[in-house]
Amino acid sequence: MRVPISRSLCALSRSQPSLCPQSRRALLSSPGVRSLSSRFTTPRSLSYTATRSLSSTASRNGGIRQAPDSDSVSFPGAVKSKFTHKLEFHRPQDMPAMNTYRYINAEGVVVDTERKLDIDKNMARKMYQDMVRTSIMDLIMYDSQRQGRISFYMVSAGEEGIAVGSAAALEAEDVLYSQYREQGALMYRGYTLDEFMSQLFASKDDYGKGRNMPVHYMSEKLHLHPISSTLATQIPHAVGAAYAMKMENAQSVVACYFGEGAASEGDFHAALNIAATRDCPVVFICRNNGYAISTPTLEQYKGDGIASRGIGYGIETIRVDGNDIMAVYAVTKAARELASKNQKPVLIEAMSYRVSHHSTSDDSFAYRAKVDVEEWKRRDNPITRFRKWLEAKEWWSDDEEVAFRTQARKDVLTAFAKAEKAKKPPLGDIFTDVFAEMTPELKEQRAQLKAILEEYPDEYELGEFDNSRL
Amino acid sequence: MNSARHILPRLKLPPAPLRGALIAIPSSQPYRSYSSHHHDTSKRKLNLPINYNDSTYLSHTPSSALAHPELPAGFASKTKRMNLYSAINDALATILSTDSKSLIFGEDVSFGGVFRCTMGLLDQFGAQRVFNTPLTEQGIMGFAIGLSSSGYTALPEIQFADYLFPAFDQIHNEASKWRYRSGGAKVFNSGNLVIRMPTGAVGHGGLYHSQSPEGFFLGMQGVKVVIPRGPAQAKGLLIAAARCGDPVVFMEPKILYRGAVEEVPVGDYELPLGKAQVVKEGKDVTLISWGTMLYTCEMAAKAAKERLGVDVEVIDLRTVHPWDKETVTNSVLKTGRCVIVHEASRAGGVGESVGAEVQERCFTRLEAPIERVTGWDVPMPLVFEPFIVPDVARVFHGIKKTVEY
Repeated sequence: MRVPISRSLCALSRSQPSLCPQSRRALLSSPGVRSLSSRFTTPRSLSYTATRSLSSTASRNGGIRQAPDSDSVSFPGAVKSKFTHKLEFHRPQDMPAMNTYRYINAEGVVVDTERKLDIDKNMARKMYQDMVRTSIMDLIMYDSQRQGRISFYMVSAGEEGIAVGSAAALEAEDVLYSQYREQGALMYRGYTLDEFMSQLFASKDDYGKGRNMPVHYMSEKLHLHPISSTLATQIPHAVGAAYAMKMENAQSVVACYFGEGAASEGDFHAALNIAATRDCPVVFICRNNGYAISTPTLEQYKGDGIASRGIGYGIETIRVDGNDIMAVYAVTKAARELASKNQKPVLIEAMSYRVSHHSTSDDSFAYRAKVDVEEWKRRDNPITRFRKWLEAKEWWSDDEEVAFRTQARKDVLTAFAKAEKAKKPPLGDIFTDVFAEMTPELKEQRAQLKAILEEYPDEYELGEFDNSRL
Repeated sequence: MNSARHILPRLKLPPAPLRGALIAIPSSQPYRSYSSHHHDTSKRKLNLPINYNDSTYLSHTPSSALAHPELPAGFASKTKRMNLYSAINDALATILSTDSKSLIFGEDVSFGGVFRCTMGLLDQFGAQRVFNTPLTEQGIMGFAIGLSSSGYTALPEIQFADYLFPAFDQIHNEASKWRYRSGGAKVFNSGNLVIRMPTGAVGHGGLYHSQSPEGFFLGMQGVKVVIPRGPAQAKGLLIAAARCGDPVVFMEPKILYRGAVEEVPVGDYELPLGKAQVVKEGKDVTLISWGTMLYTCEMAAKAAKERLGVDVEVIDLRTVHPWDKETVTNSVLKTGRCVIVHEASRAGGVGESVGAEVQERCFTRLEAPIERVTGWDVPMPLVFEPFIVPDVARVFHGIKKTVEY
């Protein structure tokens, strides 16, 4: 709607009597442009631009004219589309669902026997241990929220394989944009238990200075951009960051995680479209776990999951079994290489089941049967499946399992106790970092709070803070 | 009268090829009368055409341009007559050439932009740094934030301020809070970000090519909002915005793109953000405004002097969020009276914030209620624009009401 209006605006806004820019552009991109453009004197830079866009159109379309005897369309908006005399709608129900890639089956037996993965014993054990450590941390922190010791938590049960498997396939310099259920990826990259706990307890050591809700992690060292609660906003951020990488001629990529619910946001659409049109080296990793809080995927979308959309954006896409950490690893590794080598986006849809409640503020049995959840937990989950593979290779044993779990639990609790005892960040952090420099308004407001605290010190828990002076 | 209707009549209509279709329509009526079309104004005494060439708020000679006290000490530069879009273009070229990690993108910026602000930049800086995006404001903004938080200076353009709203979540929840939520991290902030957009009434923009949405930003912490009144100011403020380390929403009054012309230093200079400018000193009333409305205020202040003998002090806020409390307070403490003028609707407008703060800070010195001359609380209707946008008569009346209280 806006084009005709703004066209009239710019036509009237021009001091020189000539074609308004938008009309000119429309004309330049339409057939017969050469004869038309010769009738108008164009500024040099504009004709340069016009030539550029013409030549690119020409190279993409093989010419901008519709040859009378051609069997396919040369409209600029859809090239190489064959003419047909059959009036047929493309019906989604006629399209087969996209396949789901597996490397090992539910018994831990390799099914893609043609592919050798570069996962050695040490790496495999680390992958397994980080999944287990994540699940142990999740359990302890979930309970601690239930005891009121932290304000909020989100576990990742059932999805540890997606997080750890994809992180294992990325390089250290690759940049991460996360939603909030990817703690396994951080665990693998080396985010320490102390770092997790500082954030969860909003202690003085938290990088975010205690300003964010729990599970909103960040790490400059690990290139994890700060997590925010707003869903899908990180997807176009990841594309911008990937464009920056492209500008640097870096071989690194950006990995961007989000859930299938978040993929319904407009930002998902915007991001995938820009990533494709600007050729950005970003790997989109969708965790499709069947639920967005209480909303099942049946109410989230009608198409073939998220993966089927990738093709529509002109993005190479793959669907993978998210309970198969080896498959997630293989797929992410290949996607990373594609994105880096060809400087373009790739979409991975990792299928899984959200075994846990959505968060500590959610009781998922209000909208799904407990028996279904138990079934998923027992029948197929990424940890037990990978353990079967590891044990078959004799890279892991029952004894090691018991010892590791005991130690991991102890480590988590040690970090837990330390963070719980730590002071909260100084009160001065209320007013800093809103702007690069504190504004006069904020200085005034800080002084006002200071006066209140001095007059009513007993009304506040000032002792909790590392420095309660303002 | 408003400035819009007196800028555009001077412009010529598009050439014959575009008008052909219109001419072919048989009609007993003359061309329809847009609000920007010329009318007989011979009876008017206040709502007279604004002639920017007469405005003392623009520099018409190189020496007056270079005499600006806020220019860096010892600043020497040639000057060139530029309109607002040329000055914006000049500022963008300056930013791109001094910051190799800066990029411009948005809808239709490659060929020069629908208002010509990015003309020639693609040629000069290449298609990697000056490029079109798909038509998605939220995408443009999210993309910009990703760039900015990766150490790049992102200069996204929103084609009209009216279309800013799809990007509002990205600006409000992401850009404005990024530094704060990352604990002030050096790289993880979106401080290198200037969101440019044409703003304000243009005579015939209707509901979606006229808006002045600056008031929406008042509840947003971490973002600065800047609205320049002329070419030299726009250049200095835009360059400063790109280098200040905070996300800046830079609203360019589109009526001034071709209307306001002045001498602009060709060198690299910055003007201070967050600082208002007293553009005319006076002792009786403080008149506060920004952007296009300054010229209406100038004429109203002149009329007040001639007809009422009232000496008006005129303040250009320049940065409307967070705005300069000190300069405004000092002025009202001196004059005791305050009139605020803006195009945007009254409710939720910046005038509310200015009025409330002035009342708190200058209570014992105020001799009349604070007067606000603003757009009415209606959307911008096409043909009624002259009755919506504050004009000289309304601003004059506001001054009169205040001094006669």
